[in-house]
Amino acid sequence: MALLQISEPGMSAEPHQHKLAIGIDLGTTNSLVATVRSGMSTVLQDEHGRSLLPSVVRYTDNGVVVGHQAQAKQSEDPINTIVSVKRFMGRSMKDIADKAHIPYRFVSNNTSESMLQLHTRAGLKSPVEISAEILKTLKTRAEKALGGELTGAVITVPAYFDDAQRQATKDAARLAGLHVLRLLNEPTAAAVAYGLDNAAEGVYVIYDLGGGTFDVSILHLSKGVFEVLATNGDSALGGDDFDHRIYCWVLDQIREQNPNKNPLNEEDTRLLLTKARQAKEWLTDNDEAQIIGKLSDGYPIDVILSADTLIELTQNLVNKTLSPMRKAMRDAGLALSEIKGVVMVGGATRMPHVRHAVQDFFQQEPLTNLDPDKVVALGAAIQANVLAGNRSDEDLLLLDVTPLSLGLETMGGLVERVIPRNSTLPVARAQDFTTFKDGQTAMSIHVLQGERDLVSACRSLARFELRGIPPMVAGAARIRITFQVDADGLLSVSAREETKGIEASITVKPSYGLSEDEITDMLKSSFGSAEAEKLARALAEAKVDAMSIISAINIALVQDGQLLSDPEKDEIQHSIQSLEQILNTEDSHAVHAATAALNEATGNFAAKRMDASVSRALAGKNIDEVDFK
Amino acid sequence: MNENYFELFTLKQCFVIDLTALESHYRQIQSEAHPDRFVTASSSEKLKSMQLATLANEAYQTLKKPATRAKYLLTLNHIDATQETNTSMPADFLMQQMEWREALEDYKVAKDVDGLENLMKEMQQMASALTNELNHLFDEKNDLTSATATTRKLIFIDKVCEDIHKAITQIED
Repeated sequence: MALLQISEPGMSAEPHQHKLAIGIDLGTTNSLVATVRSGMSTVLQDEHGRSLLPSVVRYTDNGVVVGHQAQAKQSEDPINTIVSVKRFMGRSMKDIADKAHIPYRFVSNNTSESMLQLHTRAGLKSPVEISAEILKTLKTRAEKALGGELTGAVITVPAYFDDAQRQATKDAARLAGLHVLRLLNEPTAAAVAYGLDNAAEGVYVIYDLGGGTFDVSILHLSKGVFEVLATNGDSALGGDDFDHRIYCWVLDQIREQNPNKNPLNEEDTRLLLTKARQAKEWLTDNDEAQIIGKLSDGYPIDVILSADTLIELTQNLVNKTLSPMRKAMRDAGLALSEIKGVVMVGGATRMPHVRHAVQDFFQQEPLTNLDPDKVVALGAAIQANVLAGNRSDEDLLLLDVTPLSLGLETMGGLVERVIPRNSTLPVARAQDFTTFKDGQTAMSIHVLQGERDLVSACRSLARFELRGIPPMVAGAARIRITFQVDADGLLSVSAREETKGIEASITVKPSYGLSEDEITDMLKSSFGSAEAEKLARALAEAKVDAMSIISAINIALVQDGQLLSDPEKDEIQHSIQSLEQILNTEDSHAVHAATAALNEATGNFAAKRMDASVSRALAGKNIDEVDFK
Repeated sequence: MNENYFELFTLKQCFVIDLTALESHYRQIQSEAHPDRFVTASSSEKLKSMQLATLANEAYQTLKKPATRAKYLLTLNHIDATQETNTSMPADFLMQQMEWREALEDYKVAKDVDGLENLMKEMQQMASALTNELNHLFDEKNDLTSATATTRKLIFIDKVCEDIHKAITQIED
């Protein structure tokens, strides 16, 4: 395997050098990759000029096939050809309704709460591994098109994805060898692409109905600032459900014609689901669709589905999107008259009855002047370009929110809310708790996500224990639990006993996510078994990391060195030199340690720079208001 | 890092604030401090960015709403408006409280969204009257004792509004 390329120190992070960054829309039905080239966000195509990569992964005897080729075999080899894997990300068996009509061999992993797996010819595969195959294909496409090593990627997720689903997505990217710059909410990405393209200002609604997920976000757009006011949705509602309704209708037709028809096998199920999807798409511009096919036992299918029947079958799915819209509007505290535009995103918004419902709700015609399949990837690429440090002319700032409330289990199976939904990220909240019994020395902490008051109605994210609480009478101890949600929307929780200072902290992932060991194992198997190769890669990554930090600090010293005293500067220089010396060795642990030491040494400098840049930003504009001291 | 929310946004420490200035200063700070600006920075810079962006969000949300702004102003004056010992509330307001609570429960049981919406409007009118009272008590009279009592009322009204909101959401679900 080729090593990552490293340029001379100071060269790799030249401020003006264009870094290769991509935006990936990892969709339920299709996935895309885009990048900003000569100031324009563009979707990258494969060697046949196709933009969309069907999110289909097939395990064959000769390896993995992704995309169109896999899709072509889905009815022939349904068990080994995984479509819509996004619906299983961060999900356990009990989350999946109607397993009988999904042609896979599900396997429950360890406990009922952990992520499900699929049994394929290549063995057990987790949704994370399957998604990583899609990401790898897009990564390769981007590297070929751009001709170089990628700095990183922004990967989009449905805004209504919970912590487990986000963590699973990030794990998949890591498995695919991508450096994740940010997880970005799909409707926010769409707003960026739409907003910049149309110089939109004011309050906009993004209605995003994809293959498997529904999001509605309300944003305030103003001079390059995209502020999410509220978001809501349903992470298990999308175009797939429309296909499924049609599929059930076809089954009913068959049974009506022939009550003794044999049950369908997996091939038949996949065939009919595919036919259902095609009929649905056809009905966007036509009044009738003919569904013709032959089942594996030779039984012929020939039925006509009218547009009116489609509406009848699926209107209640469309209506399911109304409640999240109402909730988001209420949370944003807005009247319909304040909405300047409604942008339609996702392939399923092509259906006329979906458009009508949105129009009726918002009392205005929705905006459909952009490609609903591409807009998310285009927005992600714009954000990736900015995050990688390729400064664009206009400053872009995204202020997103957490979609679901976060809380803790308290007495009686009730949830105490710590961070309410629609809080702007990043956000941190601390709450104090106390002991229930005299002499209690441990406390079990159960972290939950959701809007209901009962623990059983919320999603369990993690459980951990704080031990070593000094024995006291009930109610005397003070346990401070802090929740921090970062800019990716990922939660970490720490607990601290205030009188003795005992601490416990975790980054939330255990219940549904993969353990660190599982990831390491998957990385091992995906990089091949050669130990030397793994070590080489770890070393190369550590070195790249170290170099980029050194050059970032060098640039900072040039810009803001005057903030430091000479001894302070010397200390930083010294740390840089020791790291540079270690870079000549082949010891990745030493590189990590020296990098950490350099980070430690620059903590104070970072704080000073931050204060200085904020003062600069606020200076000059409000001298009349600074008279309070 | 400046821990005083008013100073953070270079605003004068008083109850009546320029909300436009608050918003624009908040955005300026986030433009500098947001973690999106530090994706490729060292981990110490990432940490500082996360801390300042978190503080700016918390400070902005606190100062934006009259009830939380009033409570925060009192905190700066070493008064905890929500402390349990601080229970003084005039009898007529207590009576009114009970009536509102009962009305809320009745509408909830009857699944009467219009009734809840009207109750919400009544609450909002009440809140804006209390906010005007606070303008006067804080900034003109500097009467923190009366301001504490009024703040407690406003916090209560906010809580009722939140519960109305929740009730409507549950009915519509």
